[in-house]
Amino acid sequence: MSEHDEETGRAYDHRLMRRLTAYLHPYRMQVAFAIVVTLAQAAVQLTFPWLTKEAIDLGIRHRDTYTLDRIALVYLTALLAAFVLGYLQAQVMQRVGQNVMRDLRTAMFRHLQRLPVPFYDRNPIGRLMTRVTNDVDVLNELFTSGVDALFGDVFMLVGIVFAMARLNVELLAVTFSVLPLIFIVTLTFRAKVRRVFREVRTQLARMNAFLNENLSGMSTVQLMGREGRNARQFRDINADHRDANLLANTYHAVFFPLLELVSAIALALIIWYGGRQVMWTGITLGTLVAFIQYTQRFFRPISDLSEKYGILQQAMASSERIFALLDTPPDDAALPLDGAPAPLPAPEPRPHGIRVEFDHVWFAYDAEHWVLQDVTFTLEPGEKLALVGATGSGKTTLTSLLLRFYTAQRGEIRVDGVPLGRWDPEALRRRIGFVLQDVFLFSGTVLANLRMGEERLDDETLRQAAREVHAHAFVERLPGGWDAPVRERGATLSAGQKQLLSFARALARDPDLLVLDEATSSVDTHTERLIQTALQRLMQGRTSLVIAHRLSTIQDVDRIVVLHHGRVREAGTHAELLALGGLYTRLYQLQFLGAKSTAAVIQQE
Amino acid sequence: MTRAAPRTRAAARESGAAIPSPTDRLLHLARPYRGGLFWGALCVASANAISLAQPQVLRLAVDDLYHGVNAAKLGRYAVIIFVIAVAAGVFKYAMRQWIIAISRRLEFDLRNRLFEHLQTLPVPWFQSHRTGEIMSIATNDMSAVRTMLGPGVMYAVNTLTVGVVSIGFMIAISPRLTMYALLPLPLVSFSVWFFGNRIHRRFERVQECFARLSAHVQENLGGMRVVRAFAAERRETGMFAELNDAYLTDNLQLIRTSGFFSPSLAFFSGLGALLALWIGGREAVAGHITLGQFVAFTVYLGMLNWPMVALGWVINIFQRGLASFRRITDILDEAPAIASPPAARRPDAARGELEFRSLTFTYPGAGEPALHDVSFHVPAGSTVALVGRTGSGKSTVLALLPRLFDPPAGTVLLDGVDVREYDLAWLRAQLAVVPQEPFLFSATIAGNIAYGVPAEDAGAIRAAARVARLEEDVDRFPDDFATRVGERGITLSGGQKQRAAIARALLRAAPVLLLDDCLSSVDTQTEEAILEGLRQEMRRRTTLVVSHRVSTVREADVILVFEEGTIVERGRHEELLALDGRYAALHRAQQLEEEIEAS
Ligand SMILES: Nc1ncnc2c1ncn2[C@@H]1O[C@H](COP(=O)(O)OP(=O)(O)OP(=O)(O)O)[C@@H](O)[C@H]1O
Ligand SMILES: Nc1ncnc2c1ncn2[C@@H]1O[C@H](COP(=O)(O)OP(=O)(O)OP(=O)(O)O)[C@@H](O)[C@H]1O
Ligand SMILES: [Mg+2]
Ligand SMILES: [Mg+2]
Repeated sequence: MSEHDEETGRAYDHRLMRRLTAYLHPYRMQVAFAIVVTLAQAAVQLTFPWLTKEAIDLGIRHRDTYTLDRIALVYLTALLAAFVLGYLQAQVMQRVGQNVMRDLRTAMFRHLQRLPVPFYDRNPIGRLMTRVTNDVDVLNELFTSGVDALFGDVFMLVGIVFAMARLNVELLAVTFSVLPLIFIVTLTFRAKVRRVFREVRTQLARMNAFLNENLSGMSTVQLMGREGRNARQFRDINADHRDANLLANTYHAVFFPLLELVSAIALALIIWYGGRQVMWTGITLGTLVAFIQYTQRFFRPISDLSEKYGILQQAMASSERIFALLDTPPDDAALPLDGAPAPLPAPEPRPHGIRVEFDHVWFAYDAEHWVLQDVTFTLEPGEKLALVGATGSGKTTLTSLLLRFYTAQRGEIRVDGVPLGRWDPEALRRRIGFVLQDVFLFSGTVLANLRMGEERLDDETLRQAAREVHAHAFVERLPGGWDAPVRERGATLSAGQKQLLSFARALARDPDLLVLDEATSSVDTHTERLIQTALQRLMQGRTSLVIAHRLSTIQDVDRIVVLHHGRVREAGTHAELLALGGLYTRLYQLQFLGAKSTAAVIQQE
Repeated sequence: MTRAAPRTRAAARESGAAIPSPTDRLLHLARPYRGGLFWGALCVASANAISLAQPQVLRLAVDDLYHGVNAAKLGRYAVIIFVIAVAAGVFKYAMRQWIIAISRRLEFDLRNRLFEHLQTLPVPWFQSHRTGEIMSIATNDMSAVRTMLGPGVMYAVNTLTVGVVSIGFMIAISPRLTMYALLPLPLVSFSVWFFGNRIHRRFERVQECFARLSAHVQENLGGMRVVRAFAAERRETGMFAELNDAYLTDNLQLIRTSGFFSPSLAFFSGLGALLALWIGGREAVAGHITLGQFVAFTVYLGMLNWPMVALGWVINIFQRGLASFRRITDILDEAPAIASPPAARRPDAARGELEFRSLTFTYPGAGEPALHDVSFHVPAGSTVALVGRTGSGKSTVLALLPRLFDPPAGTVLLDGVDVREYDLAWLRAQLAVVPQEPFLFSATIAGNIAYGVPAEDAGAIRAAARVARLEEDVDRFPDDFATRVGERGITLSGGQKQRAAIARALLRAAPVLLLDDCLSSVDTQTEEAILEGLRQEMRRRTTLVVSHRVSTVREADVILVFEEGTIVERGRHEELLALDGRYAALHRAQQLEEEIEAS
């Protein structure tokens, strides 16, 4: 989401509007209907001053009560029509508006599912939430009053001008001499207020980001006694938000009275000029009164429009952000979410798992610092391979590449001989079961967390997977059992329990490749050993990639790859590596010769 | 949110605490600004009063024209109209600057209050409320309240003055006409009452739905990597679509109500205008009133038309604002369940002696107790290790000390005094905690390490990072300690996060150190190195250490073995081995691994 360009020109607005109106397309029948209703409504509104004029000129001045009664009847009819039309107008347009907003939110949410993962490293969640929720809501007003403004008011203006022209062209010209003033005032206002509204949106996004982070980390905040400082920080953001809004308010406070002043000038001109005409050229008084009313009505939509103009500017500032998000190119590896969901490819039975090759892979999160350097190794079908290495050596990064969260700068990763990029992302991900290092559970039930939307998995399969990792014992004791609610991020479970669920979740999918990134780091030894035993069976016929710090976890793998500062330093079987007497041997000694000899080993470093 | 709210209100009512009505609260909130609000209201009234003079001038002008007038006088009328507009403009400017600006300041105050209050709410509260929902209250509901306090109040005052003054003028022109014009008034108040209530309820539903929607987005974005890894995008979009449609439906229902409201008000005021035109016209024909009066009367009626529409708008805004305000006050009314007692103890510094006395603890909403009759004593400066199966209650013990959850009275003691008797901030300042799941903030590494101390001291930060074995890693980062990490430390490796949390705790000079399985994500070599450093620290402080590894706990003064919330074994490493129970089994298992490996 690059910083929005500073252009505020008409062309730019025009483009934004075009994109917004594109969302109206599916509702064009309703919109057309709303336009007709709006025009009719405006026409009805126009009749009221005319009826008043007729009442004065025909009724009162001719002392003709019969005509007056008839006019009253017409007036009543017009009122009823206005009521019905007003209701229809509000209904239809707001409905359309709500539908469009729903579509926009869906579009954004879908798009968010398709943005590359690095995007989420950079953009705070709260900020993105602001786009989908608050920013779209700002558009509400635009859609609800937008059609009214565009068609109703504009039509009304045209109608009034027409009516006024028919009454007296000269007077009309006099009235319109103020128009340039209106343009000047409006254009100045737009330039200023747009910038300020952008600032408002930015500050709101900042506020949401701050809230999101600090509310989800509240226990850390409280443990560390940061409440005071946080309150001050929040106050600062809040103050920036307030100040931006205050500035916007100042512009409004100047803009609206100015427009009304212009309208007063027009009125004064009519009295002064029109009054002389009444006296000397004999236009009727009724005409002048009607003219005055028309002028007032003429300026009401304009000041209406100006109110809506403020709304429009705000909506523009929001839609800039919305479209900036929608314009962020999606990930190559994103699922195609548009159209009908692809029918589930029946998982082909693959007796031996899949083959994964890392071929001279180089990767850096930012341009300079290589996190993986020239990593080459092959996972044969059915093989169990362990990836060991010090913390921060790049193990998780390697699995992220496999998931296509990131793309290697150099080299190639192939699965079953096919480069990752050529795989259908969904087909590939369905075949891999991941236990990510950072456990994340969703609000919902236990079963929903295990299923993760994979409808082909029945409850029994899910329960069986949980049994394999010995999660069933605690799940069954939760109030509600398998349907027990899981809170946001699994807040009410112990760390080990969460990890077990996240493990079961991966197993349930019966994957061809199982990637375990520290899958049992928070689990006690006893359970871990039970899982180990189960895994020996479960890993049959699958390829597995296991990352673990405790060598005990990887005791029965076929091969071990030792990663050091992003390079493969050693690879081979346990025995081969021990014979090598290198890094692995050192790790091994450290772990199994107990703490006593540790100091000595560290000294050797 | 929906379910929790009424319960707490009921609870507050039972406890006898009088809940002020929303209006009282709003008035209280607005108290500091009453001067400004007064001037603002005065400006609204003045602006309107002046604007109302305009039809008078028009009336005079029309009357004069009817009777014949000279150009100079017309010119004067024009000038007066202009001057009136300038004066009204000045007041309108001032009115916005007072009232709208004050609403922004009120919003600012209320939001600060809300956030500060949220910070006093205990962890259990946050577990029953979703982050995205709270966020939507702090922004979306807040903005509905703001609209009520700003534009709402402004237009309310406006409507009132225009209404009253127009009616006054109308009465002055013709009481009878006025009566006819106001005939539809009872209908107006009926529909205000009828629709107002409905709008309130519907809007409440809309806001609740919005909160759920935003909570879903929040979780989805937070778990994006899992969503991707499990190709669960369809599930997520499906769930989102459901909420999104529900939100649409709720909104449409609201629209159905409010869409009826405004046109009906316009209709009623139109009826008044009609009656005036018709009957007034007849009166003018009959010569009871002059043409000028008639014109003026219709102009005032026209002016009444606008406040009528505005009234609909104002009611709408107020009902929405009040619905949202209730959602905000539901949080503000939530008494901080975990807080300092009235006469809180605040000694200089704790010695660090800990005691747990037949502690039985059940999590709110849980079926069975997480801890059952747990008793142990930790002399100041000693180290007690907690081991046990997953879910056996180790973290729970650690969470009760800083009162993240409240232990029953008299069960958890620091220096011989119930932790609940201490000042809460003081209590937490005595503890340096490394939580099992470290939470880092989007800030620099240095900022994160110094998170728990008042000032960032580069030397101390580096020293803490060295003990936690983070220094080397950080030195390889692009901006070393000034490198920014992503939200929740997303740009760090698992082990780096954990070590940052260790460094963060070490930097706090607290007498009690709580380490919850804090080496689970680091390799053995680093683990040993960190332990070396930690042992130094542990000698100086009272330490509770949770771990699954015998190697981490073997040197503790006492090792407690937990099972299903109770302590089943306790003693030193050797004693427990001699006991040949669960700990010995654990030890054997870990030894066995060695042997398997060694073979
Ligand atoms: N999203 C990211 N953006 C930038 N840098 C990152 C990101 N994720 C990881 N890194 C950096 O890349 C390096 C390797 O991290 P990685 O998570 O792959 O380590 P690891 O081997 O899994 O370590 P651990 O055992 O601690 O989990 C670390 O220095 C880390 O700070
Ligand atoms: N906030 C909570 N609300 C309800 N129940 C909880 C909550 N936190 C933990 N529990 C339950 O209490 C029990 C003890 O949890 P605790 O986190 O203390 O376990 P633990 O011994 O730390 O486990 P681990 O080794 O996995 O970290 C578990 O059964 C867990 O599900
Ligand atoms: Mg890792
Ligand atoms: Mg725990």
